[in-house]
Amino acid sequence: MSTSTVETSAAVTEPGTAGPRKSKGRRGLATALASHGLLSVASLIALFPIAWLVYLSLGPDKDDYLHPGRIWSKMTFDNYAFVLQNTNFFDWLKSSLIVSLGTTVIGVLIAATTGYAVSRMRFPGYRKFMWVLLVTQMFPIAVLIVPMYQILSELQLIDTYFGLILVYCSTAVPYCAWLLKGYFDTIPFEIDEAGRVDGLTPFGTFARLILPLAKPGLAVAAFYSFITAFGEVAFATTFLLDDQKYTLAVGLQSFVSEHDAQRNLMAATAVLIAIPVSAFFYLVQKNLVTGLTAGGTKG
Amino acid sequence: MTVAIDRATGKRRGDRAPRPGLGQRLKHGYHKHWYAYAMIAPVIVVLGVLVLYPLAYGFYLTLTDANSLNTARTIGVNEIEATYKFIGLDNYADILFGETAYDRFWSHFIWTIVWTVACVALHYTIGLGLALLLNQKLRGRTFYRLILVLPWAVPTFVTVFGWRFMLADGGLINSMLETLHLPTPLWLEDTFWQRFAAIMVNTWCGVPFMMVSLLGGLQSIDSSLYEAAEMDGANAWQRFRFVTLPGLRSVSSTVVLLGIIWTFNQFAIIFLLFGDTAPDAQILVTWAYYLGFGQQPRDFAQSAAYGILLLAILIVFTSFYRRWLNRNEQQLAI
Repeated sequence: MSTSTVETSAAVTEPGTAGPRKSKGRRGLATALASHGLLSVASLIALFPIAWLVYLSLGPDKDDYLHPGRIWSKMTFDNYAFVLQNTNFFDWLKSSLIVSLGTTVIGVLIAATTGYAVSRMRFPGYRKFMWVLLVTQMFPIAVLIVPMYQILSELQLIDTYFGLILVYCSTAVPYCAWLLKGYFDTIPFEIDEAGRVDGLTPFGTFARLILPLAKPGLAVAAFYSFITAFGEVAFATTFLLDDQKYTLAVGLQSFVSEHDAQRNLMAATAVLIAIPVSAFFYLVQKNLVTGLTAGGTKG
Repeated sequence: MTVAIDRATGKRRGDRAPRPGLGQRLKHGYHKHWYAYAMIAPVIVVLGVLVLYPLAYGFYLTLTDANSLNTARTIGVNEIEATYKFIGLDNYADILFGETAYDRFWSHFIWTIVWTVACVALHYTIGLGLALLLNQKLRGRTFYRLILVLPWAVPTFVTVFGWRFMLADGGLINSMLETLHLPTPLWLEDTFWQRFAAIMVNTWCGVPFMMVSLLGGLQSIDSSLYEAAEMDGANAWQRFRFVTLPGLRSVSSTVVLLGIIWTFNQFAIIFLLFGDTAPDAQILVTWAYYLGFGQQPRDFAQSAAYGILLLAILIVFTSFYRRWLNRNEQQLAI
């Protein structure tokens, strides 16, 4: 079994004498207990800050986070009702979705053929091109934020969704290309060969044979672009001015950046954002992991 | 291994592919790489327009004294022309060797290096530890995994605020420390504790990615290797050292590189945790942002110069990293 470990394989594969086996079994129990203990502690640490946020979101007063004990007796969903009815929550959600989906669609569409080309074809300049793709992904936001701000304000694209989508594409496109290359590498080259024998052009092979096979890879690239654009803070904070156009990442900050910090509303908003996003994450996480490690495990 | 073989056949196919008809054969011969260039063209165009041009423009800005008072701008109906002028490499000289260069650049530089090394080391060791634990046959393994992935599943900008509530003076963490009669540091105000808190939060956010990637790597290691090591009398540590770690090599080198780049560029955590309140806990990225957008007047030229310097650091680092990997005959996985 590929999932067996040091301990279990030891237990399985050593039918040796009774003495050492017995001690191994006892040690196995001890390790299992220790493992459970460590994993429980780690799970608690992973879970707690989020659980705490949920708990605080139920306290009606903005300073309740300093007196968490008081929340217990007066728990209420008022914060949620207020956020949904009296703030720009749905405007922010709409902005986030427009910007993230726009980035995803453009990013994946543009990157798909490139991922295929760099996976299958060795053209002059190939190495340099791969290097450019890698380097572009590691651009610190500080490199592009000033010139982008200047260029977008000259084009009057500041405070527009389109401007933000363009900015996000500068990282989403090379990232998707890189990721898709890794995925295309895992699709057997014989399939291309078969397509070519049947008289398909490289474009035809790509569109008719490879693309349908690469759906999980495309999904991973799409998901990553979406998540990255959804959670981006620096550009969104700087380039969006109108509070109805804020994305959720900017809107959430606006609860505390004002003089009067409404922490209870902020906690409720945070929970409202976290629930659908993490639900979505769990739906796709299987593919996500395969997509990420595809290159590494099969290389 | 298989990939290398496939690539060889791919090359051969390129040479002898022209089967259908003379015309196409000729065309193929002439334009052997035509398809490849056509396929990468969209990305080339996008990178040219969205990355290369802004980069060149940004570099030009670093050679000027542009700030928010002398760049072109619109106030009401009045359009004001840009009046900044060319000053050559003065910005770089000022940042690196200027009078207060240590406070403005080098202190942030050192802290950025400490931050990156500390965070990635913690990410990797904790991630590997959890991956090893999860790779056992264990009751409730899936359940643990689901919970442990949670910090990755929830957007960073949400969880950072959860941490801010906990770290606030009088917040949960200090209340608990107080009940235990331990000192209660000002997490969000005192420089040392700000840095400590930033590393803590970033570790919490970054471990799941490492854990999941390394778990994928662990599961791809052939179990017969462990059995063989067992036969040879290797103890648990030796199996870990000589089977597990080499088996994880390509995944490790990739996730460590990604981790270093992401941590070095990590903007959201420090920006959202402290806002403008922690000048000494800013890493270079957030400091560059502060220069360009967090103060008045906005110093565009210096901010862009920081950006170029950061990129240079990363490119140099990555080149060396790749050369080092090649020398050790390792590869990047992704």
